Amino acid sequence: MPAEFERSTTIALDLICPAGSLVSLKAAIDHGADAVYMGFRDNTNARAFPGLNFDEAQAAEGLRYAHDRGRKVLLALNTYPQADTWSRWTGAVDRAAKLGMDAVILADAGLMRYAVKQHPQLRLHLSVQGSATSYEAVNFYREHFGIQRAVLPRVLSLPQVENVVKHTDVEIELFGFGGLCVMVEGRCLLSSYCTGESPNSAGVCSPAKAVQWTETPAGLESRLNGVLLDRYGKNEKAGYPTLCKGRFNVGGETYYAIEEPTSLNTLDLLPDMLKIGVAAIKIEGRQRSPAYVTQVTKVWRAAIDAVKKNADAFKPTPAWQAELNKLSEGQSHTLGAYHRPWK
Amino acid sequence: MNLSLGPLLYYWSRDDVLAFYDEAKRWPVARVYLGESVCSRRHLLRLPDWLELAEHLAAAGKEVVLSSQTLIESESDLKTLRRIVGDGRFRVEANEWGAVRLLSEAGVPFVAGPTLNVYNPETLDVLAGLGATRWLPPVEMSRDALASLLQRAPASMETEVFAYGKLPLAYSARCFTARHYNLPKDDCQFRCLDHPDGLPLSTREGEPFLTLNGIQTQSAGVYNLIGELPALRKLGIASLRLSPQSRHMGRVAEAFQAALAGDTRAADTLTHILPGPPVDGYWHGRAGLEYGMERSC
Repeated sequence: MPAEFERSTTIALDLICPAGSLVSLKAAIDHGADAVYMGFRDNTNARAFPGLNFDEAQAAEGLRYAHDRGRKVLLALNTYPQADTWSRWTGAVDRAAKLGMDAVILADAGLMRYAVKQHPQLRLHLSVQGSATSYEAVNFYREHFGIQRAVLPRVLSLPQVENVVKHTDVEIELFGFGGLCVMVEGRCLLSSYCTGESPNSAGVCSPAKAVQWTETPAGLESRLNGVLLDRYGKNEKAGYPTLCKGRFNVGGETYYAIEEPTSLNTLDLLPDMLKIGVAAIKIEGRQRSPAYVTQVTKVWRAAIDAVKKNADAFKPTPAWQAELNKLSEGQSHTLGAYHRPWK
Repeated sequence: MNLSLGPLLYYWSRDDVLAFYDEAKRWPVARVYLGESVCSRRHLLRLPDWLELAEHLAAAGKEVVLSSQTLIESESDLKTLRRIVGDGRFRVEANEWGAVRLLSEAGVPFVAGPTLNVYNPETLDVLAGLGATRWLPPVEMSRDALASLLQRAPASMETEVFAYGKLPLAYSARCFTARHYNLPKDDCQFRCLDHPDGLPLSTREGEPFLTLNGIQTQSAGVYNLIGELPALRKLGIASLRLSPQSRHMGRVAEAFQAALAGDTRAADTLTHILPGPPVDGYWHGRAGLEYGMERSC
C-alpha cells in the first residue's frame, strides 16, 4: 500500500487542454492552458489516429516548451494492454518516466501496479477510460496504486460529482468541453461490435478507415464497416459518423436513437464546479486542429479566470458562447449529464 | 466445463421472474447469477426478494452468485452494494471496481465480472490477490487474445466465457428506452417491462443492429459459441455463461448440455430459436457483428 498523500489545496479548476501535435501543444500553452495532455504515436492511448500524437523527440520538445513556461504535460496511456503487447505499454510508462512527464493517465490496474513498482515517483491519474463513477472505485485506485487524480466519466450529475469529491482525497477532473461520450467511457464496445476496434483495445472509436461516404439518389450516406449510420437530405449538414450519433429505426421511428450530434459545453456550470472543489477541467479533442485548440483554450482561460475572480457574478459572455458554438459538433451544445434533466 | 445462467439483464414482471427461476431449477446449469445489474430504478424484485430466490435456488442444488450493479451513480446504489457484500451467504460478481474494493476489504472471495476490463494477466493477477476466484473476459475478447492471457493466468483462477445471448455492449447514464418514449429517465414509467428481450434498433435500411435495454445497449445479433466447444475445452474454460432471454431458455441450456456431452446435432436445435441473427465475430478477432466468414445481417 502506498504512503498517504495530501490533496493539494491550491489546485482548483486547472485548465487541461488537448495536444494532438506539437503545434497544438504550443497553441494551448501560449493561450493559457495550465497543462496539456498528449499520447505517444501508437495504440497506447485512446486517440490512436493516423498523423496524430508524439514520438519521443517531439514529446521531449513539448515538455521543454511547457516546463519553460511553468506548465505541465500529462501523458495518456489509457488503453488496455493485451497479453501479447504488454511490453509496449510498460515501455511507454518507462519512457514517460524517463522524459519527466508530470503525470501518466492510466486505465488498466495491472499497468498501474507496474508503474508504482518501477517508478514510484511518477504521478498517476486515473483515466476516464477506467470507468470510475463512485468514490469507492476512485478510492480503490488511491489505496492500491496511489493515484492522485481521477477523471470522471461524463455520466454523473453535479450533485453526484460533489458526493465523490466529498468522499475522497483524490483530485477530481471533469470534462468541460468537446465531444460528448453518452456512454460510460471504458464501458462501450459499440465501435468494436461494428468495426472490430474499440477505444479499450485499439484506442479508436468509429475508426476513419471503416468510414465510407456514398452519394445516392436517397441522399448522402455514411457507413461504418458497411453499416448505414445515417442518410442526409440536401439541406442537412453531415457530421463525422460516430456510431452512437447516427439515426436509426426503433419501433417504426427514425431518429437519433442514442444521442444527437452535439458537444458538451459546461461553461454555465463553472461556479458550481469551483464550489464543489473540482480540481481540473479537461477539454476534449486531441484529434482537432491547432486553430480549434487555440480558440477553445482562449475562451476557457478567460472564463476560468473570471469565475475564480468572482464566482457569484460569473456569467458566460455571449461572445464566449458564440465562439464555442461555432466549434461544436452540430453547432449545438449540451450540459450533458451534469445537468439532471438531460437524463 | 459446465454452464452458468448469467444475470437477467431485462426487466420482467415479478411473476415472470419467479416463474423463470422456478423453471431454471430444472435446467442443466451449475450456477445461477441473480440480481439487478443494469438499472437501479427497476424494483419489482428488491434485494431481499433476490436473496430469498437465491436460497430457493441454492436448496435446489445450484451455486448462486449475486451480480452487482455495473454503473454505480448514487449513494443509494452504494448502499445496495454494501448490503450485497455484507450478506455473506453467496458469492458476489463484482461488475465495477468499487465492488472490488468492498469485497476485498470484507475478505470475501468474488467473481470478477466482464465489465472490469481484464485484458491482460497482470490485471487478472491484481484481482486474484484481492480475492477473485473466477473471472469473465470482456465480451469483445477474441479466442487468440484469451489464449495468450491464459498462458500466464494466476493458478486456480477459473475462467467463465460469455457464450450465448445478445452481447451487453455499452452502459450510459441515459436511458434509451425512456428516450424512445420521450420520457425523462426519472419518470420512465418502467417501459422496459414492455420489452422482455429489449427494444430492437435497426439501421435506416432495416438491418437489425442493436438492442436498447434501458441504460444498457446490447447487440441485435445473438452470440453463440456452441460450435466452439473443442476450442473452449482446449483453453481450459471452466464455465460457459448463457444470458437469459424471455423464451426457450431451458432449450438453450439443454442444447449446450447435450453438446458438452458430445451430441454433434445439438447446435442445430438452436438455430430455430435464436432471438436474433447469429454473430461470433468477436471470438474470431473480427467485428462483433460478423458471423463465420460472412456478415450476418
